Amino acid sequence: MKSAERPNSVLKVSMANRRDLVHATLWGLGVATALLVAIFVGSNSLKHYDAALVPYTGACVFSAFGIGYRFAMWLRRPPTRKYWFRGWGIFFRPSKLARNVVRLAQVFFSDFFAQRFIEKRSPARWAAHWLIAWGCILAAAVTFPLSFGWVHFENAPGNQEIYRAFVFGQHVSTFHLGTITAALTFNILDISAVMVLMGVALALFRRARDRGAISVQQFAQDMMPLLMLFAISITGLFLTASTYLLHGLNYGFLSMLHAVTVIFTLLYLPFGKFFHVFQRPAQIGVQFYKEEGARTEQAVCLRCGAPFASRMHIEDLKDVENSLGIHYQLPGGGHYQDVCPVCRRKSLAVAQDEKWREQGTRAAASQPAGGIWPNHQ
Amino acid sequence: MNGAETMEFFIDHSRCIGCKACVQACEECDTHRGVSLIHLETIMRPDSVQTAPQVCMHCEDPICAQVCPADAIKKTPDGVVQSSLKPRCIGCSNCVLACPFGVPKYKAEINQMMKCDMCYDRTSVGKRPMCATVCPSGALTFTTRENIERTRQGMAIRDWQFGGETVRTKVNVLVPRNVQKITVTIEQIEATSTNEYDVANLLLGD
Repeated sequence: MKSAERPNSVLKVSMANRRDLVHATLWGLGVATALLVAIFVGSNSLKHYDAALVPYTGACVFSAFGIGYRFAMWLRRPPTRKYWFRGWGIFFRPSKLARNVVRLAQVFFSDFFAQRFIEKRSPARWAAHWLIAWGCILAAAVTFPLSFGWVHFENAPGNQEIYRAFVFGQHVSTFHLGTITAALTFNILDISAVMVLMGVALALFRRARDRGAISVQQFAQDMMPLLMLFAISITGLFLTASTYLLHGLNYGFLSMLHAVTVIFTLLYLPFGKFFHVFQRPAQIGVQFYKEEGARTEQAVCLRCGAPFASRMHIEDLKDVENSLGIHYQLPGGGHYQDVCPVCRRKSLAVAQDEKWREQGTRAAASQPAGGIWPNHQ
Repeated sequence: MNGAETMEFFIDHSRCIGCKACVQACEECDTHRGVSLIHLETIMRPDSVQTAPQVCMHCEDPICAQVCPADAIKKTPDGVVQSSLKPRCIGCSNCVLACPFGVPKYKAEINQMMKCDMCYDRTSVGKRPMCATVCPSGALTFTTRENIERTRQGMAIRDWQFGGETVRTKVNVLVPRNVQKITVTIEQIEATSTNEYDVANLLLGD
């Protein structure tokens, strides 16, 4: 690069970074604002909102900002943006929409509900992940609507034994305190806490024994999230134990302790490993992209002539590479992206061999008795 | 200085004898137990080697990571490019198609990309990678640069040119002493097109 060009390019990069920053910040603010509006509207203008839960709400709003910011930043990356919009474009194609919705339901069941792809990696890993994931989903499905005032309970008029549940201010069900429904409703957080603790125990057991995992795991990325989940679950169970077994002993302190663990985790949500919860659904779009690619024209390798990927995928990849400043255009014509991975590997060995041949040819010309191969000792 | 700090990986494709010891040993690595991630290609060239091993070259600025839409490929502080992060990899195969060395493998059954991580469970504690441990011909070697330059005729380089793209790698390749960089050209790719004598063709489906 010429030195005279550098200031301009640096300026362009910094302008692009600033644009990305502003774009992502606006998205973050938008998501946070949407959550605040949803809380206000969903709680009937805060009529059903419990003011004691303000710290939780504050952490949730911050978390919403962080998630919106990071997701928008993530989508600014050329490959992410390309496949995100490609995937949705393919999904919403009117002629295929009905079939895609059915397929979405299948993928949702296998990849999200059952998480079968993890089971194929390792049953222990799957069990740990499934228990943690569904424990957290259950807990979130209860606590977020409750703390936002979207769900609330009232006693039936004149009967303290009967509970009425309201969602967004609308009465949806009535149950007696002595029923299974009541037991499940009031203890669902204990159930989810036990699920999470079982999952965390399995995960920690695996991480403590698996030599492969031990070599690559990092405390901040891999252990910290497990410890946070453990802290939330165990302090939540402490509250139940305090209520039922210890006549409310230290309940105030324990509820504060539980709140701290939850708020800390909510603040951490957009930045660490938990963010994969929001990234991972992109896998579903990729599934549609791959299925579309399999049905359409295939790219053939420049060297061996065999099909190796969809034409759409290769052309999209070339676009992405251009955006990233990766220049695979070959001087003699052609594009290195049109060479299949197998032929690339062969070409490398051939290229290395060619160097020794050139060396050998030169050596042979100057010294007829010399061999063309290196004299390996 | 700790001796382990100066250990480097060296490939000399021309030394490969195709014994597949590396392919078997690779499966023993704890970070991907049971899955061999090294490639062993068969190449028919008169007067030349007919097999070539390929491990991950661990690029300084890995293209696989740049094209990953999920930001799932990370490099450790010591320069080793790891397999995709399991929570993030969405199985798109971008890395498989974009890697200039053709290294990453997409495992459809687990919907994840896996690649050579230089046996990180071993090299991170000063041991040699499995493939280099068992290679009988020295095609794959994990040793010091001083040692390789003392015992081999060629020199170790780590610069590659693929069209307009210059790639510098952590892993070295052995070339004659006057060579600074290996350039992969279209002429070379076409000149080695497969034909009926190509051993790779004969072994298709193997």
